[in-house]
Amino acid sequence: MKKLLGFLTKGYLKETILSPLFKCIEAVLELFVPIVVADMIDNGISRGDKETVIRSCVLLVCLALAGLAFSITAQYFAAKAAAGFSRTVGNALFRHIQELSYSDLDDMGTSTLMTRMTSDLNQVQTGVNMTLRLLLRSPFIVFGAMIMAFTIDVPSALIFVCTIPVLSVVVFGIMLAGMKLYGKVRGGLDKLLRRTRENLNGSRVIRAFCMEEREISAFRADNDTLTRDQLVSGRISALMNPLTFVLINIAVVILIWQGAIRVEEGLLSQGAVIALYNYMSQILVELIKLASLIITITKAAACGKRIQAVLDGGEGMADGTRTEGDPDAQYAVEFRGADLCYRGASENSLSDISFTAKRGDVIGVIGGTGSGKSSLVSMIPRFYDTTGGEVLIDGVNVKEYSIAALRSKIGVVPQKAVLFKGTIRENMKWRDENAADEDIYRALDIAQAREVADNKTNGLDAEVEQGGRNFSGGQRQRLTIARALVGSPEIVILDDSASALDFATDAALRKALRQFTGTTVFIVSQRTSSIMHADKIIVLDDGHAVGIGTHSELLESCEVYREIYDSQFRKEDKAV
Amino acid sequence: MKNKGTFRKVLRYIKRYMPLIVLSTMLAALTVAGTLSIPMIIGSAIDLLVPADNTSAGRLDWGGISLCLLEAGIIAAATALLQWVMNAINNRLAFDVVRDIRNDAFEHIENLPLSYLDTVSSGDIVSRVISDADQFADGLLLGFSQLFTGVVTIFGTLLFMLTLDPLITLAVIVLTPLSLVAARFIAGHTYSMFKKRSETLGEQTAYIDEMIGNEKVVKAFSREDESQEKFEEINASLEKYSLKATFYSSLTNPVTRFINALVYAAVGVLGAISAINGGITVGALSCFLSYANQYTKPFNEISGVVTELQNALACAGRLFELIEREPQTPESADAAELTDARGSIKAENVSFSYTPDRKLIENLDLDIKPGQKVAIVGPTGCGKTTFINLLMRFYDVTGGSISADGHDIRRLTRRSLRSSYGMVLQDTILISGTVRDNIRMGKPDATDEEVIAAAKAAHAHSFIKRLPEKYDTVIGEDGGSLSQGQKQLLCISRIMLCLPPMLILDEATSSIDTRTELKIQDAFTKLMKGRTSFIVAHRLSTVRDADLILVMNNGSIIEQGRHDDLLAAGGFYAKLYNSQFSE
Repeated sequence: MKKLLGFLTKGYLKETILSPLFKCIEAVLELFVPIVVADMIDNGISRGDKETVIRSCVLLVCLALAGLAFSITAQYFAAKAAAGFSRTVGNALFRHIQELSYSDLDDMGTSTLMTRMTSDLNQVQTGVNMTLRLLLRSPFIVFGAMIMAFTIDVPSALIFVCTIPVLSVVVFGIMLAGMKLYGKVRGGLDKLLRRTRENLNGSRVIRAFCMEEREISAFRADNDTLTRDQLVSGRISALMNPLTFVLINIAVVILIWQGAIRVEEGLLSQGAVIALYNYMSQILVELIKLASLIITITKAAACGKRIQAVLDGGEGMADGTRTEGDPDAQYAVEFRGADLCYRGASENSLSDISFTAKRGDVIGVIGGTGSGKSSLVSMIPRFYDTTGGEVLIDGVNVKEYSIAALRSKIGVVPQKAVLFKGTIRENMKWRDENAADEDIYRALDIAQAREVADNKTNGLDAEVEQGGRNFSGGQRQRLTIARALVGSPEIVILDDSASALDFATDAALRKALRQFTGTTVFIVSQRTSSIMHADKIIVLDDGHAVGIGTHSELLESCEVYREIYDSQFRKEDKAV
Repeated sequence: MKNKGTFRKVLRYIKRYMPLIVLSTMLAALTVAGTLSIPMIIGSAIDLLVPADNTSAGRLDWGGISLCLLEAGIIAAATALLQWVMNAINNRLAFDVVRDIRNDAFEHIENLPLSYLDTVSSGDIVSRVISDADQFADGLLLGFSQLFTGVVTIFGTLLFMLTLDPLITLAVIVLTPLSLVAARFIAGHTYSMFKKRSETLGEQTAYIDEMIGNEKVVKAFSREDESQEKFEEINASLEKYSLKATFYSSLTNPVTRFINALVYAAVGVLGAISAINGGITVGALSCFLSYANQYTKPFNEISGVVTELQNALACAGRLFELIEREPQTPESADAAELTDARGSIKAENVSFSYTPDRKLIENLDLDIKPGQKVAIVGPTGCGKTTFINLLMRFYDVTGGSISADGHDIRRLTRRSLRSSYGMVLQDTILISGTVRDNIRMGKPDATDEEVIAAAKAAHAHSFIKRLPEKYDTVIGEDGGSLSQGQKQLLCISRIMLCLPPMLILDEATSSIDTRTELKIQDAFTKLMKGRTSFIVAHRLSTVRDADLILVMNNGSIIEQGRHDDLLAAGGFYAKLYNSQFSE
C-alpha cells in the first residue's frame, strides 16, 4: 500500500495536502453558522436591534461565499490528484506487466491482470477522490459540532457525547451488515454473468441441442435468487434512515428538555438552545457521509492492495547484454541436456533434450497432446528458461543475449492466431517497424496469405478488428505466419500453426518456406505429413525425446513415430 | 429525445406493479408530513423556553413543553416505521422491475439470429445484461425512494411555511429556483463529460483486453514499448476526461450548499425582522430555519437523482436496444415437426451470403439420400462451416431452399430440425455444470447407465473415471481444467447419448491424440451406419469411403462425387488429395 500511496504523494503532493485542508476550512466556516444565528436571536431579536440582525445576515452570506470558494478549489484538487494518480498507477501497472516473464503471466493469469487494470484501478481512483474530499471534513464537523456544544453549555454537550457513539454504532453496523449481504448479491450477479456469457459463446451448441427453454428457466431461477438476496440486503440498508431519524429526534427531545431546565435556571438563553439544536442536525448528515466514505475507502484499499500485489509480484527475467552470436558457431540452435520444469510444477515437462540444428535446417517436432512440443520450442526465444542444461543460439547461451535482441532474431507463430486492432499493414510490421510493402508482400506470399489482403478492397490498409475477429480462423493463421516472416528472421518457429490449414495450403506453405535459405525453421505439428520432409525430426513422448532423425530413420527405429505415422496414413493410402 | 422513448418503455415494465407504487406514494406523503411536522413541534417547544415573566430566569410552562416533546417523539417513531416500510416497498419495486427486464433480455438472446450474435462481441451483450441492468436498478431505486419524496417534501415544506408566514415563504420561493438552475447546469455539463469518460474507459478496456490478453504475443515480438506508448496515450486522455467529469460532478454539492446558505440567510434576516416586529415567534423562526435547511435538501437530492436517472436511462436504453433487436424469423404457427427423420436432404438452387456485397454460395443443388455419408472437403476458408450453418438453419438461405425429408426446413420447427442432427464441432463448447450435465445436454432424462454407456462409446469414460468426482465433477466455465482433447471427447459423448438420425462432424477429432482417434473413428463408423452424416475433415484419408464428397472452394461446390471418380477426374480434389503426400 505504501508504494501505491507513493504515487500520490510523489506526483500530487500539493493537491493531496491542499484539498483536505481547504475542506476543513470550509467545515470550520460552516460550524460558525449556528453561533451567528444564536447571536442574532439573543442580541438582535430579543433586544429588537435590526442592525445586529442585518450584520449577522451579511456575515452568513460571507461565510457561505468563502466556503464555496474553498470547497470548489478543494474539489478541483481532489479530482486532479485522483485522476492523475490513476493515470500514473495505470501506466506503472501496464509497464510492470510488460516486464513480466511468461512464468509470471502464467502465475498471475491474464484475466486477473485485466481486472486489476480496469475495475480495481477505477475503485482506487474513486477512493482517493472521496478520501481527499471527505475523510477530514466529516469527522471535523462531527467533533467540531460537539466542541462547539461544549463552549455553549457543558451538560447539554454531554448529550452530544452520548448520541455520537450510539449513532455511529447504528450507522456503521448497518453499513457493515449491508456490505456483507452485498457480497452474496455479487455472487448471484456473477452467476447470471456466467450463464449469459455461456449462452452467447455457446449459442450454436445451445441451439443445436434445443436447450433454449431450459436455459431460460435456469436463468429465471438464478435471477429470482438474486432478486431475493437483493431484497434481504435492501431491507437491512433500508433501516438506516428510519433508525437514525428516530435516534436524532430522541436526542433533540432530550436536548430541549435539558435546555429547558438550564433556561429555567437562567444559565442558557433561547438562542443558545436553538444553536445546540442546529448542531445536532449537522452531526447526522456528516456521520452518514463518513460511514459511506469508510466503506468506499475499505473497498478501495482492498483493490489497492491487489494492485500493489501485482506491482510487487513477478520475478521478471534477467536480461543479458549480447546482441550477436558467435560468427564461427557450428550450429544455429543447440540444446544441451535441456530440462524444463514449469514454476509450481512437481515434475519436469521436458527432460534432458539434446539436439543440434544447422543454419537453414528444417526441424520437425512431433508427439501427442501434452508431450512437450510447445515447451521445447518456447525455450528458444526464452519464453521459459531452462531449469537444467542449456539452449544455445549461434553458439551462445540464450541467457547471455539481451532479450530484445534474441527475440528479434526469431519469428514466432503462436498456436493461438491473434491479430491486433489496426490495419493488415500495421500487423505485418510487428517484427520490423520499417518493413517496406515488398517485404510484407513477400511474407504474405510465403504464408499463402496474399489473397487474404488482395481480396480486401483496401489491400494492406484493410481494417483488422480487435483480435482479428473479422477474419476466419484459417485467414488469421496465415496472417500470423506472414507476420512472423516479415524482416527475414534467422529462426522461424511454427508452433502447431498450420492446424487450421488444409493439406494443400500447408504443403504450399512448407514448400515456400524452403526458399528462405539460411533460416532455421522449427515446425511443431501433430501431423506426420507436415514434418516428414524435415531435415531432422524430434519425436517427443511425455517430455522425453524418444527419437531424433529423419523420416526414414525414424520409421525404422522409433516405435512411437511409426505408430503416429500409421494412424494417419493407413496402409492403402501409401500406395496412392 | 431518445431518453423519452426509453422512459416510456421503462414505464411499461413498472405498470405491472401499480398497487405497490400507489402504496409507496401514500407512504411517502405520510412520511414527509411526519418529517415536516417535527420542526414545527420543536419550534413551539422552543417558544416555551422563555420564562413567563420574561426575565432571564424563572418557571417555565413544563406541561406545555413535555406535551410538545412527547408529541415529537411519537411522530418521529411513527414516521420512522412508515419510512422503513416504504423503503422496503421501493426495493421490491426496483429489483422486481430489473429482474423482469433481465429475464426478457436473456430470453431475447436465445431468440436472436446467429447472424447477429456472430458479429457482436459477447462482452458487450454481457455487460448490458449484467452491469447496465445493475446500474439501472440502482438508478431506479434512487428514483423511487428520492424523487417522489423529494417533490412531496418541496411542496409540503411550502405549505407548512405558508401557514407560518407568507412573506418569508415568498422569499424562499424566489431564491430556490437558483438551486435548480445551478444543479441543471452542472448536470448537463457532467453528463457529456461522463459520456466521454466512459467512452474512453471503454476504449482503454478494449485495449487492455487485447494487449494483456495476448501479452505473450506482445512479448514474442518485443512490442512492449509500442504497446506501452499507445496505452499511455489512451490513459492520458482518460485522465483528462476523468478529471473534468469528476470535478464538474463534484461541483453540485458546494454550489447547492451555497445557495442553501443564501436561502438560510434570507430566511434569517426576514424572520428576525418579522420577529422584532412581532410577526412570528422565535420558535417559528427556528422552525423556518430548519425548513430552509430541509427545503434545499430535496433539490440537492433531486438534482443528484436526475443525473443518476439519466445514467440509468442510458443503461436501460442499451438494454432495450438489445431486447428490441430483431429476433430470428419466427416460426409460423403451422410449422411441421420433423419426427424420426429418414435423412434425405435436398438443396435446390441455394444461394447464400453473409454480406450482400460478397456472394458466397450460388446455385447449389444437392440430393442426399437417407443414410449417405457426405464429406465436405476443401481448402481453408472455402465455406465448409457456412454449409453447416445452413443445414442446421443457424442462418437462413438467401435464395433457393433446403429441405429435409421433403419439407422446406423453413417450414419445420427449429427444435425438431436441430434435434434431428447430432453435431460435434471443432470448437468444443461445454456449459458450466457437471460432466453428467454436459453429456446429458441432448437428452436430459437419460439414466446414469445410459450416460456411462455413451461416455464409453466416445472413449471418454476412462478419463472421466480419473476425475476427482467422476461424473459429478463440476466443469468450470469454458471447460476449466480439461484438455482440448478431453473436451472434444465429452462433446462426442453427447451425441453418442442422444443418437440423432443425422450427424454433423466438423473436425470432430482434431484435438484428440491419434491413438484415441483411431478408436473413435471406429465408433463413428458404427454410429454412421444408416444415418445421414456430414463430415468436415482436413485429413482426406478419413473421407475416402464417403458416398458423396463435396469439394468446396471459394464458397461454392466445384466438384462432387465419390473418391475414386474424383481422383480419376484429376481435378481440384485430386490435387488436394495428392498434396498431402508431396512436399
